[in-house]
Amino acid sequence: MAAEHTIDALGQFELGPVLGPIGASVGFSQSNLMMVIAAVLILGLLTVGMSAKAVVPGRLQAMAEMLYDFVHNMCIEQIGEEGKKFFPFVFTLFSFILLGNLLGLLPFSFTYTSHIAVTFGLAAIVIVLVTVVALAIHGLHFFSYFFPAGAPIALSPLIVTVEIISYLSRPVSLSIRLFANMVAGHVMFEVFASFIVMMAGAGLVGYLGGVGPLALNVVLMGFELLVACLQAYVFAVLTCIYLHDAVHLH
Amino acid sequence: MEVAAAKALGAGIAVIALAGVGIGIGNIFSSLVSSVARNPSARDQVFGLGILGFALTEAVALFALLIAFLILFT
Repeated sequence: MAAEHTIDALGQFELGPVLGPIGASVGFSQSNLMMVIAAVLILGLLTVGMSAKAVVPGRLQAMAEMLYDFVHNMCIEQIGEEGKKFFPFVFTLFSFILLGNLLGLLPFSFTYTSHIAVTFGLAAIVIVLVTVVALAIHGLHFFSYFFPAGAPIALSPLIVTVEIISYLSRPVSLSIRLFANMVAGHVMFEVFASFIVMMAGAGLVGYLGGVGPLALNVVLMGFELLVACLQAYVFAVLTCIYLHDAVHLH
Repeated sequence: MEVAAAKALGAGIAVIALAGVGIGIGNIFSSLVSSVARNPSARDQVFGLGILGFALTEAVALFALLIAFLILFT
């Protein structure tokens, strides 16, 4: 194949200034723009949706209530009764990531969760919060978390090392999971879309053959919708599990 | 060996890890199906756990995929 037919799979993640010269001078990129849009959409959904306060909810109100209920149940199931205190945090995290993933699937938009800087920032907030909560509740007793009760004392160097490493690798795996899922999904879109263009270059047979990758991209879009919701859910559930560990220590 | 060829080979080797992930995800869903078949009333609780396990396993696949992308595109 000719060399000029290489697939530029990562070009879609490049940041550029938006909103003309004002945006360029303050470094306001597509990523920031999408974050603002996501925040406005969430706030809009909650304010407009809940303004009716009907006993029998309409569509918007039902959506807002379901979102609220879902995260509320998740907090209480995973953390316990103390979970109510962390509900606002988990709800913010969940809706921000969910909207980021879903908005990124629209054509000509940008997925801010596809940047490791964003996801690692979120994961760092989570891990700092978890550690601070654990220290605030248990004080220095928190460090017993790294050595489970009843384990043989001779094994302590090994167990403590492993536990500390696993504790510190939490933000890394949390952020890479979300970021890699989003990047992998969008790269697959790009690759199959390039196949369509390459096929179209081959004449009439190519036009017919191009239907294959196009159909695959349609299927992939459905799969990516699932992944977008699933990854937001997984991020929120893991946050809840870490908070459970912080509140209850094992 | 040409660098481009070595890159393509390296990316191919990097995704061998997906074999293990395939086994893992198959395991998760086979036990999910059999546990729901044994006790259908536990479906809601077990389903959440299964999806969580799926996501954690899939993450390993994505680490491998990410390395492959890094080799190919940088």
